Amino acid sequence: MSELRDLYQEVILDHYKRPRNFGPLEGADHKAEGHNPLCGDRVTIYLVIEGDVIRNISFQGAGCAISTASASLMTEMLKGKTLAEVEMLFGEFHAMLTGDPSQPADPVQGKLAVFSGVREFPARVKCATLSWHTLQAALKEQKEPISTE
Amino acid sequence: MKSLVTTSSSVSPALLPSADLDVARIREDFPILKQKVHGKPLVYLDNAATSQKPQAVIDSEVELYSKYFSNVHRGVHLLSQRSTDAYEKAREKVQNFLNARSSAEIIFTRGTTEGINLVAQTYGQQHVQPGDEILISEMEHHSNIVPWQMLCAQKGAILKVIPINDEGEILLDEYEKLLSERTRLVGIVHLSNALGTVNPVQQMIEMAHQRGIPVLVDGAQAVPHIPVDVQALDCDFYVFSGHKLFGPTGIGVLYGKKELLETMPPYQGGGDMILSVSFKKTEYNVLPFRFEAGTPNIAGAIALGAAIDYVQEIGLDKIATYEDKLLAYATEAMAEIPGVRLIGTARNKASVLSFLIEGVHPHDIGTILDREGIAIRAGHHCAQPVMERFGVPATARASFAFYNTLEEVDALIAGIRKVQEVFS
Ligand SMILES: Cc1ncc(COP(=O)(O)O)c(C=O)c1O
Repeated sequence: MSELRDLYQEVILDHYKRPRNFGPLEGADHKAEGHNPLCGDRVTIYLVIEGDVIRNISFQGAGCAISTASASLMTEMLKGKTLAEVEMLFGEFHAMLTGDPSQPADPVQGKLAVFSGVREFPARVKCATLSWHTLQAALKEQKEPISTE
Repeated sequence: MKSLVTTSSSVSPALLPSADLDVARIREDFPILKQKVHGKPLVYLDNAATSQKPQAVIDSEVELYSKYFSNVHRGVHLLSQRSTDAYEKAREKVQNFLNARSSAEIIFTRGTTEGINLVAQTYGQQHVQPGDEILISEMEHHSNIVPWQMLCAQKGAILKVIPINDEGEILLDEYEKLLSERTRLVGIVHLSNALGTVNPVQQMIEMAHQRGIPVLVDGAQAVPHIPVDVQALDCDFYVFSGHKLFGPTGIGVLYGKKELLETMPPYQGGGDMILSVSFKKTEYNVLPFRFEAGTPNIAGAIALGAAIDYVQEIGLDKIATYEDKLLAYATEAMAEIPGVRLIGTARNKASVLSFLIEGVHPHDIGTILDREGIAIRAGHHCAQPVMERFGVPATARASFAFYNTLEEVDALIAGIRKVQEVFS
């Protein structure tokens, strides 16, 4: 049960049940759709970029608790961040998720730490990173829907 | 000789005469079921994805490779003869299992998927013209959709779809209307892997035959659970996979009526499927070898034969009766949990329970149950059109085999309550 509690932390369940920044974004200038073919989950990320700063960000889509909470927390964290900061955050986040579960988790900023339990569940790493990969695609303005595969 | 081709261990006599299954005894035959996962006894409820193997099947491969393995249909030496005999004996076992008229009607494939592709690219290539129609149902597995889409794209033909109702049953009136002058083939799943529906295939075949249209039945899920008689069904093609029938992966069966197979062009070219080859002219082999190019999956076929022996010794009638009890018990218990919804509530169902828990994504259900030792499937089950029909991206699916118990159903129910607790 404790590993499950580590995975499904209060913050994650809260963001799953009440996702923040949910829905299409008025005046979005970047957008991409992500897809996890394994479970059929889809997410769309909307962005307003000014210079190299994310002015506004939202997401829409149906997914599991981990992917929904990850998207929700991501949008909350990234408002006002520069693209370089986004890159760094994702690097840290990814390193934490794929790190050795027997070692202490690599440090990550702020609330992203609530996903440290995902390390124990390798099958779920893709759920946690779907929105981030989709964000990268939106920043690159990829036209093709991206996939976790 | 006999000891070489029929495998050593067999079902205990305790199983044979009694009316009910001795499931405790059966479980002893499946070494994998004895383990714990995450510290809990394994409750394997992912049988629709693939089934576990009895010792007799495992032994049959060990015996082949340690005692008499060689290539088939080509050696004069003893081992080749023995391997060939065992391989052809396996074909006869399949013939008997499906009650086919002749073993020449049994073609070994890689699995259901290859069987369907074979029919699409031989019979389909031969008979489908621009504007013709292929008719399938809304509840097909991707493997009974995509090969027909590919054929339709090649030929400028049209894929038509028989709709289903909210219970997950074929709408027979609609089916009747969709059978047209242009329909060249009907492809229908016998037992749906996503919904558990058992389709009225016999009736559907009769309806198609009245218009002279051949029918392919996807029996991937049906053969482990219900007795199948291809002559009684009068189907033109029947396909299944060994791995869902307690046999190995990489082996499957295409049954085809001899009259049809005989007129079909070959699927792949190569060794074994020819009688003679010169650079001017090649003469193709007789059935069934014409459709088995190259060295086949010898061990797979022999082990599939062992799996069929195993299942037949228990008896598919008994298996079906027992599994119906399991399914009814599970269905009733699920219905009592608030917030649980079943997807697929056909009157005639077998072995599959697709469900949703309000406010919890199937992926999360799968993860939490896994920590309880319970293996289920979460996802679209390679049947995305079915998911779309029911307006869900995915479902959780428990699927049963004869080695599952009422206690395991209880564990599943307790697991579902745990899921609800975590998400409360
Ligand atoms: C109804 C049905 N058809 C076809 C298949 C494909 O079988 P295979 O992957 O063994 O070729 C499956 C397997 O999931 C199935 O359930």
